[in-house]
Amino acid sequence: MAEHLLEVEHLKQYFPIRDGFFGSRPLKAVDDVSFTIDQGETLGLVGESGCGKTTVGRSILRLYEPTGGTVKFEGEEISSRNIHQLRRKMQMVFQDPYSSLNPRMTVEDIIGEPLDVHHLYASRAERRERILELMSLVGLNAEHATRYAHEFSGGQRQRIGIARALAVNPRFIVCDEPVSALDVSIQAQVINMFEELQEKLGVAYLFIAHDLLVVRHISKNIAVMYLGHMVETAEANELMDHPIHPYTESLLSAVPIPDPKIARQKKRIMLEGNVPSPLNMPSGCPFRTRCRYVTDKCAEACPELTDRGGGHKVACWNR
Amino acid sequence: MKEYEHLLSVQDLHTAFTTENGEVQAVNGVSFDLDEHKVLGIVGESGSGKSVTAYSVMQILAENGRIAGGRILYKGEDISKWDEKQMSGFRGRNCSIIFQDPMTSLNPVFSVGNQLMEAITLHTNKRGAAARARAVEMLELVGINEPEKRLKQYPFELSGGMRQRVMIAMALACEPDILIADEPTTALDVTIQAQILELMLDIQKKLGMAIIMVTHDLGVIAEMCDEIIVMYGGRVCERGTADEIFYNPKHEYTKGLLHSIPSVTGAREKLQPIEGTPINMLNMPKGCAFCPRCKEAMKICLEQVPEEIMINKDHAAACWINIRDMQAGAAQNSTKTADNNGAPEAAEGNEEVTSNG
Repeated sequence: MAEHLLEVEHLKQYFPIRDGFFGSRPLKAVDDVSFTIDQGETLGLVGESGCGKTTVGRSILRLYEPTGGTVKFEGEEISSRNIHQLRRKMQMVFQDPYSSLNPRMTVEDIIGEPLDVHHLYASRAERRERILELMSLVGLNAEHATRYAHEFSGGQRQRIGIARALAVNPRFIVCDEPVSALDVSIQAQVINMFEELQEKLGVAYLFIAHDLLVVRHISKNIAVMYLGHMVETAEANELMDHPIHPYTESLLSAVPIPDPKIARQKKRIMLEGNVPSPLNMPSGCPFRTRCRYVTDKCAEACPELTDRGGGHKVACWNR
Repeated sequence: MKEYEHLLSVQDLHTAFTTENGEVQAVNGVSFDLDEHKVLGIVGESGSGKSVTAYSVMQILAENGRIAGGRILYKGEDISKWDEKQMSGFRGRNCSIIFQDPMTSLNPVFSVGNQLMEAITLHTNKRGAAARARAVEMLELVGINEPEKRLKQYPFELSGGMRQRVMIAMALACEPDILIADEPTTALDVTIQAQILELMLDIQKKLGMAIIMVTHDLGVIAEMCDEIIVMYGGRVCERGTADEIFYNPKHEYTKGLLHSIPSVTGAREKLQPIEGTPINMLNMPKGCAFCPRCKEAMKICLEQVPEEIMINKDHAAACWINIRDMQAGAAQNSTKTADNNGAPEAAEGNEEVTSNG
């Protein structure tokens, strides 16, 4: 039995960008990212747009062929050869519940498709029964089965997407911004559902989101990414309450707090400037161009993640 | 001494849209006052009518929309009756708006300078070099470096945060009294959002305009606003100071909203979402708009729209529960009538409630 459910080691994902007539240069979307997720746990992955968090999720599921590194699932290394079979255990829920459901398919067909692909039923009746079971699991009524996706509200559509991911009875689901398109009150319904499903089914999540309060709520551990690098990872409350990396610090201080008294007292650590282009990365530490603790060493080499005690890992020379 | 009571006073605003499926009342009797130097937050979810309220003030509704009733008093004058010519003078000079998506609200085929100077020449008497100087000054004000160079650039050459800064520069170029910000940071990352919010508060201190902040983000509201209006289904369900709304919510919808967001301190309490689905504006309930999703709904909630009553001098809510509680309290307390808090008559013609009082 493997130690961890999912082990990602030195994952690299470069995309070739055409440059000039013949040449191309790599866009380093994900550069040397490692982490593990255990059975029934949630890892929250946060960072700003363009930091590579979505790419990590997609590379794990081999929606992209990684440039380097290994991903092991239940101890078995994922390759293009076994991925089809492994997708019975690993699934994905997408951000946009409007574009991730086929408008020409009924709910029944959407949820039933993974069952068809993986031949998970013996008879039509069994298929139908499983679909209804999944629908009730995510809080949809049986009479919704013959309707089309456009007839549903955003929250209900996201439920359909989740039921589709659950159809194969996976051990692990990549949730890519699954609640950010939803209204606050509906968001809470879907978050609760994710939690209940985890309790019931023991499924593990990689929960990718930019809303830090939501991520803190749902995750056991949180990892912070900046420009394709993982800069800090720790237990959720530890990371939120005692951030060490200067980027995490300013990211957390920028979160608008829905509590006027705390908001008034809060001190912001403003970040100057913009995120550098991933095509034109700074040498050494990717964050050094905006860091207030920057020293000469930062330009020379990129710091590795080191354990600062209790599994709180930080990649920074000066902190 | 000024001759008007409030800088902007919206009174019983009704805005309707004609659609294929019939007329939709997007805004249904919204009132609020805005004073100089204040930041008013309008919060609600999609379809609550918060943006339409803002657009009605500017009269920039879609073609099928119209102001169906009510008054919009700007410095005491009713601008809801103004024609297009008068309004185009009002927009920009007296009241400006910035939108959610800075990419689509800037014109991609004109340079930043061109668009910025257009706003300036249109609304002030500055021309040519003077307009240009003003444009540079505005870009500096919003914290854009190398403003001379930026003037020649096109929107696609700027990042999202930078574009939103250009939008703010454009909106403030003519020093309006009111700035309406419609989800100004929703499309931005948190660190950029923090920069923009800080910038808006900073400029507000310098120029002293009033801001109407339309957003669904309770965090942004808590950080920015002095006063808050909570909207649901085209109506105001609760209003008050930021502290009153966050620490003493009286409307079930506001309570539900606050329970729906994860805790700030990291306590892993289960979220208490508002059950049900968002309202369908084509099929509004007869009574309180929120009652189909309200856990505490009573019979009267289905039948009649609750009037707004004052909770205290900084706080008002439109919910039957408060009306009931207040009248029960008044009945217990003594001889005084139900509206001892200075509330308007709670519910005319409603026997069930008035009989308590």
